[in-house]
Amino acid sequence: MQLRPEGLYCPAGRFYIDPWRPVSTAVITHGHGDHARTGMGRYHTSAEGLPILQWRLGEQDYRRHEYGEAFTLGKARVSLHPAGHVLGSAQVRIEAEGQVWVVSGDYKRQPDPTCSPFEAVPCDTFITEATFGLPIYRWPAASDVARDIVSWRDHCAARGEAAILYCYALGKAQRLLAELAPFLDRPVYLHGAIAVGVDVYRQAGIALAETRRVLDAESADFAGELVLAPPSAAGSPWLRRFRKAQQGFASGWMRLRGNRRRRNMDRGFILSDHADWPDLLRTIRETGASRVIATHGDTYALVRILNETGVAAETLATQFGDEA
Amino acid sequence: MKRFAALYQELDRSTATLDKRAALVAYFRDAAPRDAAWALFLLAGGKLSGARRRIAALGELRAWAAEASHTPPWLVDASYDQVGDLAETLALLLPDPSQPSPERGLADWIEDVLSPVANRDEAERRAVIVAAWLGLPFEERLVFNKLLTGALRVGVSQRLVQQALAEMSGVPIARIAQRMLGSWTPSAAFLLSLLSTETLPSDRQQPYPFFLASPIEGDPAALGSIEDWMIEWKWDGIRAQLIRRLGEVALWSRGEERLDGRFPEVETAASALDRDCVLDGELLAWQAENRQPMPFSALQTRIQRLKPGPKWLAEAPVQMLAYDLLELDGEDLRTLPQQERRRRLEALLHAHPDPRLRLSPLVHASSWDEAADLRGVSRERGVEGFMLKRASAPYQSGRRRGDWWKWKIDPLTIDAVLIYAQAGHGRRSTLYTDYTFGLWEGDSLVPIAKAYSGLTDKEILALDRWLRAHTLERFGPVRSVEPVQVFELGFEGVNISKRHKSGVALRFPRILRWRQDKPAAEADRLDTLKALAR
Repeated sequence: MQLRPEGLYCPAGRFYIDPWRPVSTAVITHGHGDHARTGMGRYHTSAEGLPILQWRLGEQDYRRHEYGEAFTLGKARVSLHPAGHVLGSAQVRIEAEGQVWVVSGDYKRQPDPTCSPFEAVPCDTFITEATFGLPIYRWPAASDVARDIVSWRDHCAARGEAAILYCYALGKAQRLLAELAPFLDRPVYLHGAIAVGVDVYRQAGIALAETRRVLDAESADFAGELVLAPPSAAGSPWLRRFRKAQQGFASGWMRLRGNRRRRNMDRGFILSDHADWPDLLRTIRETGASRVIATHGDTYALVRILNETGVAAETLATQFGDEA
Repeated sequence: MKRFAALYQELDRSTATLDKRAALVAYFRDAAPRDAAWALFLLAGGKLSGARRRIAALGELRAWAAEASHTPPWLVDASYDQVGDLAETLALLLPDPSQPSPERGLADWIEDVLSPVANRDEAERRAVIVAAWLGLPFEERLVFNKLLTGALRVGVSQRLVQQALAEMSGVPIARIAQRMLGSWTPSAAFLLSLLSTETLPSDRQQPYPFFLASPIEGDPAALGSIEDWMIEWKWDGIRAQLIRRLGEVALWSRGEERLDGRFPEVETAASALDRDCVLDGELLAWQAENRQPMPFSALQTRIQRLKPGPKWLAEAPVQMLAYDLLELDGEDLRTLPQQERRRRLEALLHAHPDPRLRLSPLVHASSWDEAADLRGVSRERGVEGFMLKRASAPYQSGRRRGDWWKWKIDPLTIDAVLIYAQAGHGRRSTLYTDYTFGLWEGDSLVPIAKAYSGLTDKEILALDRWLRAHTLERFGPVRSVEPVQVFELGFEGVNISKRHKSGVALRFPRILRWRQDKPAAEADRLDTLKALAR
């Protein structure tokens, strides 16, 4: 694999993984904006991820592949394997010239009712994300976080406030709705940008908590209601409709108080679709890789600790973002 | 500890002052008096561990946490670098207990567990701290670490705590503030006397809470007719209250420290007065034959000396310039108008002339324009500009806008290069916001100042991103960065200093502007700054 201006390139198969400039053949790990972009000649995607790409990129030349099903690109034998990040997210396994490479894309190991669980794929070289590459990042159980969110909503209800919870529209919102479902007694309200993605997941057969659009609400008073909105809604005129509200944010970054306070959030809920530190180390161990290349995130600590424990590791500077 | 940790969490979460106050009131109502007294001590900025009473030094905490969490020390540093708050970093790195320890109140933790090991061997102190860590869930571990690192930093001002205490006890906030001044021992008995509605004998030894001025923004002419205002020079010394009651003298700094013994000149002068009084004024180092005070650095040499010998008394003699009279013959004058207090102050000091205790003169101007001209000579006089005091105003407490303004002269400026950065604290943690700047001497940059303020949030974010990508070296939490970015720094003065590598020390440096238009090579030279020093 090489890093080219267009993105991460596989010379044997003459394709790019999640390229950020137009190329003829792209293998897409998942639908987030920093990984799936328009302008590619042909898109290889997991079957589970196809509806997401259709939502985000419209009609394109898609080739869908079941997880684990091998296909040939140039001289490379390629297959996609679940990454557990969001619906349809995939790791890319590449076998060429007797070597096996796996590009993780974004991944997590925590259970997620809205997508297939991560599968460790044995390989020689593992290209891993490192978004949360420090030992301060250790995730609490998602069900505990869901319970905290519900008790926050009840706290807001007692004060006559709406509970506005910011979360990414693809993946995090749906995971929240699935995790919250067992604890909820009434519907969750959705910002328009969240509702679209929720429909895509429902059409794919994923069970989610009952929802309503904020736009469709009969009464204008959202006191005591839980409302999901994208982070871009924070500080926007859209908020004016809520007479009194508290604001929360669901993200791995909320592990640090400084991040929450800088965004002026009343609450931070620690829920991430990326691997935490123990899971990064565990995953690297499980792949059996003798060489590890860390991409986006603060890779310094991960690379150093691997080298100190006898795994050859290095950093690759990509242009993937830190959506988490 | 659970209850205190819950209070901490509520305060930390809340962005509204009213909510914070309600949380404080609820806590003080609920908590056992001993716990509440310690909570008050901590919220007011009190520290458990210090140089003289060592429970755990910061370096020790890092090392012990590294060992207890099986984290290499460099990784603790890298983590701290990201979090920007040591207490939080260590709480995040340490494992959660499989079985939390039985609940123990805040006062018990401090008095029974931590205080007994103060100043003991490292092994003994470590054993106690590590055992505590391994039994506390995250939220309590965080607060426990905050006790040890000595800064709660939870967005609660002293005044807010006092408001909460006043609300729950019915004791006026001014009295609570007065009783909290100086050092006190956190105990149920202290809390009881703090919230006592009676007048206590000890109330008579306390200074009044200082009234603080705010910087004036815009044109002072907006303050109305100059006739309604009194103008004084703004001195660059130590603000202090000189108390003489029943013939006994006490000297308090605005930092709420007793300065008794440090400035015998001033105390002798106060003893020589034949009336009890409380004076508000400025301590300055001043050679009698000179027209202007000595630089602040001269005064600094005196602050540390508990009993200065004749050499120091001759080299940097100190006097007090009084500008307000808060109490005379046991009568509280604070509600009188400024000009009436001033009249009585003048009468008092004229009756007892003493070069060590003088009147801070009024500046007379018949228009704001004339005042602006007079202000122009501030630097030659060794002052920072003017104080504007409304003639009709009472003496209030704390920083209340409206009646006392500082009208400072424009700062001196210099263009310096950013050379080091360190993560900030509180809402600036996880961001690099503490900067060190250098000036050229030959081909190298010599550090001359640290500055923390002056950039917008947007600039801070942009600079943070830039310096993460342009780091040369890491030294623990500090990064050295490529010498590229130039900033215009403002400061109030430059003093010669033997303690600084550059040979000079800036007074109140802050960032005025990010000079993205200026290459580093064109930043100022150290010689330029030295030429300004006095």
